[in-house]
Amino acid sequence: MTAATDAAPRIPFDRVLLLVLPATAFMLLLFVYPFLYGLGLSFDPKEGGWLGNYRHFFTTDNLWPTIWITLKLAVPATLINVGFALPIAYKMRVKSRYQRWVTTILVVPITLGTVLIAEGMLIYFGPKGWLSQFLQFFHLYEGPIRLTHNYWGVLISLVISGFPFAFLLILSYITGIDPVLARAASTLGAGPKAQFRYIYLPLLAPGLAMCFCLAFVQAFSVFPSAVLLGSPAGPTRVISIAAYEAAFEQYDYSLASAIAMIMGFVQLLIVAAVLGLRNAFYRGPVSGGKG
Amino acid sequence: MNATGPGWFDRVWKGLLLGLMTLFVVNIALMIAAVATSSFARRWLGTWLPEGWTTNWYTAAWKEFQLDSVLVVTIQVVLAVVFLALVIGVPAAYTLARRNFRGKRLLMLLFLLPLMVPPITYGIPLATVLYKVHLAGTIWGVILANLIPAAPFVILVMTPFIEQIDPNLESAARVFGASTGRMFWHILVPLLGPGILAASLLVLVRTIALFELTFLTAGADSQTLVVALYYAVFAAGVRAPQSVDAMAMVYMGVTLAWLLIALRFVNPTQLVSRVKEHPQPA
Amino acid sequence: MKHDFTELRLDRVTRRFAGAGGASFAALNELTITIRRGEFIALLGPSGCGKSTALNCIAGLMQLSGGSIWLDDQRIDTLPPEKRGFGMVFQNYALFPHMTVAKNVGFGLKMRGIAASQIAPRVEHAMKLVQLKGQEHKLPGQLSGGQQQRVAIARAIVIEPPLILMDEPLSNLDAKLRLEMRAEIRRIHRELDRATIYVTHDQDEALSLADRIVVMKDGVVQQVAVPMDVYAQPANLHVARFMGYRNVLELDVAGTDGDRVTLAGPDVRLTGTRKQPLTGTRAAVAIRPEEIFVGEGPGGLNTIGARVDNVEYCGRDSLLDVVTPSGTLLHVRGPVTTQHGDLVRVHVPVERALVYPLD
Repeated sequence: MTAATDAAPRIPFDRVLLLVLPATAFMLLLFVYPFLYGLGLSFDPKEGGWLGNYRHFFTTDNLWPTIWITLKLAVPATLINVGFALPIAYKMRVKSRYQRWVTTILVVPITLGTVLIAEGMLIYFGPKGWLSQFLQFFHLYEGPIRLTHNYWGVLISLVISGFPFAFLLILSYITGIDPVLARAASTLGAGPKAQFRYIYLPLLAPGLAMCFCLAFVQAFSVFPSAVLLGSPAGPTRVISIAAYEAAFEQYDYSLASAIAMIMGFVQLLIVAAVLGLRNAFYRGPVSGGKG
Repeated sequence: MNATGPGWFDRVWKGLLLGLMTLFVVNIALMIAAVATSSFARRWLGTWLPEGWTTNWYTAAWKEFQLDSVLVVTIQVVLAVVFLALVIGVPAAYTLARRNFRGKRLLMLLFLLPLMVPPITYGIPLATVLYKVHLAGTIWGVILANLIPAAPFVILVMTPFIEQIDPNLESAARVFGASTGRMFWHILVPLLGPGILAASLLVLVRTIALFELTFLTAGADSQTLVVALYYAVFAAGVRAPQSVDAMAMVYMGVTLAWLLIALRFVNPTQLVSRVKEHPQPA
Repeated sequence: MKHDFTELRLDRVTRRFAGAGGASFAALNELTITIRRGEFIALLGPSGCGKSTALNCIAGLMQLSGGSIWLDDQRIDTLPPEKRGFGMVFQNYALFPHMTVAKNVGFGLKMRGIAASQIAPRVEHAMKLVQLKGQEHKLPGQLSGGQQQRVAIARAIVIEPPLILMDEPLSNLDAKLRLEMRAEIRRIHRELDRATIYVTHDQDEALSLADRIVVMKDGVVQQVAVPMDVYAQPANLHVARFMGYRNVLELDVAGTDGDRVTLAGPDVRLTGTRKQPLTGTRAAVAIRPEEIFVGEGPGGLNTIGARVDNVEYCGRDSLLDVVTPSGTLLHVRGPVTTQHGDLVRVHVPVERALVYPLD
């Protein structure tokens, strides 16, 4: 940020600083406080000691496996999204009409949201939908396809809603790298592969890590897709479903908060691991070498 | 007349990527088309095209899902969220853009958190608190909940925007005799206008589609369109899917209409950018 | 790649861009020059004249629309930049921000597959040459502008290229640093004796650094000559204007005698030297402010009476704006002491009043 630095005036109070109070108060009241309240509540279960909720979670058979089930969905989805977004965004790094069209089109699934995508998938990917008919017509697959109301449906929906996000984010990082660096590398003898490996990739590493974290966090919190497109009783019983049920079906807010805390904690763990890996990579800015 | 073009490997690679992209886009387009077709279908059971066409499902859905009141609620919520997010966010963005102070980084992190933590994670504790103060289930609860990611988003969009405005302009206005109020009205507001418009449209589009927070805090008569759609799809076994699809089309129409309007004024990437974009080199 | 060459030849090099409304315009139009081994060539001209385009085409960063580029008898315009083996210094240095100085400088050697053990001494030698020892482990962001510049130069010369390309390398430095770096570049060129093509819009830089200057305008070469000739004998009116001939008067042709042309205006009568064939009844005469002298010319020839309208004291000399009774403005520079409002008579030597056709 390039704001003017105050020369520490202690006596005249800068009234401009007051402008930030409403937002700060709002955040503290409606974001930090509920979080702390929920944290406290999670240690105050209906029965059992202060760890009662957590013990209950990890010993109940329809609760603790939700972590693994959610990871089984979120990690592959994120790997697919980021893994495909990187080469495609890299190929499209030059500003062109093509790039503009693609970015505009890709914004549509994000805007429509997970609920509409779920409904669309139920119709299109369903056993009687166009995709099934298409595959049967060309004898690529016999019988109706099973891509809804199971694991695959949820995974596909995570890709549909997650890939555009990862793509647009990585694209914004790539276009932020000064192309003159690649040109300089080419005059020094670096071909296209060497340019990617020695120039773009190291400069992208921090952004890629960030993108992975954001995409993972988004995928890990999957909820409506898991209910509508999966089978929430079994194979796609993700952790958010468990939290929701605790809150709104069992009215056990304490347990629900505990599950939400666990959910946040797992996300934090993975994010910390990825960011830790990133710090091993790089330590500088991404613009060209102006001092 | 050219230097060596790409080799065969590059062409295959490019073709592969292009093919994947096309597959992705085509499937999504067909998915949307399927919903649209279903909404106009009289009956459609596993054939390429439906057995007849009708618009009855739209009127049926309108009545059945009480779309008129749902739309009113949605409009109220969205407008309130946009307005309040601007009122809270723009002044905060101004301070962050123009001043350095102790704890600024902490504050920026505080504002960034709601955009990085997914809504359902903080939604459950939030819903608990709102139920405790009897705000949940009312439209105000929904508005407050949706405000949590909206205000930081306004701050995120407006701060670099304000930074780009030369601070000397404000000094110049003062030197030539403008009071704070007149300086604000004649200089800042016109310059901030485009940024505020962009931020408003982005918040609007995002809030229409935001599901989890409204879902957790809404009551029966404070549901937004997307939550009503969810319930409709959820209970779809009970009723004909076509009416659900009609409702889905209404939702899609509203969303896409605003998206098109927004895209006139903003860059598509701003819709998803959750981190500050690096300034483009000249 | 060749480490040495006798000449680099640009043969009718053309580069078109799509302009507004679908029409294309030529940023480079049939550019033909030959550069010899060890020569320092400056491409000089205002922005948009095509000098940077020419450099990018030579480097391979831009493809030609027409013509060819030859290194002795090998055609190189079909090679990608990574195969040409030239060293290039970019305008904003383009140092890799995620690599240390040492890694930046050694990058070109690494791309050539040279062993790390051999890269280190060569990097050290290059750093010593640009007088930047001790900075090897810093990141570019930690260096000043002048230091970054030296790293950029070191990176280009360490690969021992047959040709070094420089794209306005000094334009981002402040005036004092620019003078210092100019001397540095001259010294490095003397020590390495490698052909260098240097792009600039600053005539002082071109005059002080180059063996030959190529003055360009709108993609076309205006003059190729040694600095002395570009300075004292500009080939056409554009070059004259660009090189500081601030006085350009459009007058009627009164008479010609071989190379001598007499021009006349309302209260001006000058005899000058023709540099190009004249067309029509009017012509332009270009004169340097430093070559107008206060006082009567020999035999009263080429003398003009005027009134001093503005005086700028510059220490060593003064810059005068003098106006003739009919309103013709002349810029005069010299060690004179006059005041605003004084009446003076000034003259210019016949060989220093250069006459060109009107453009």
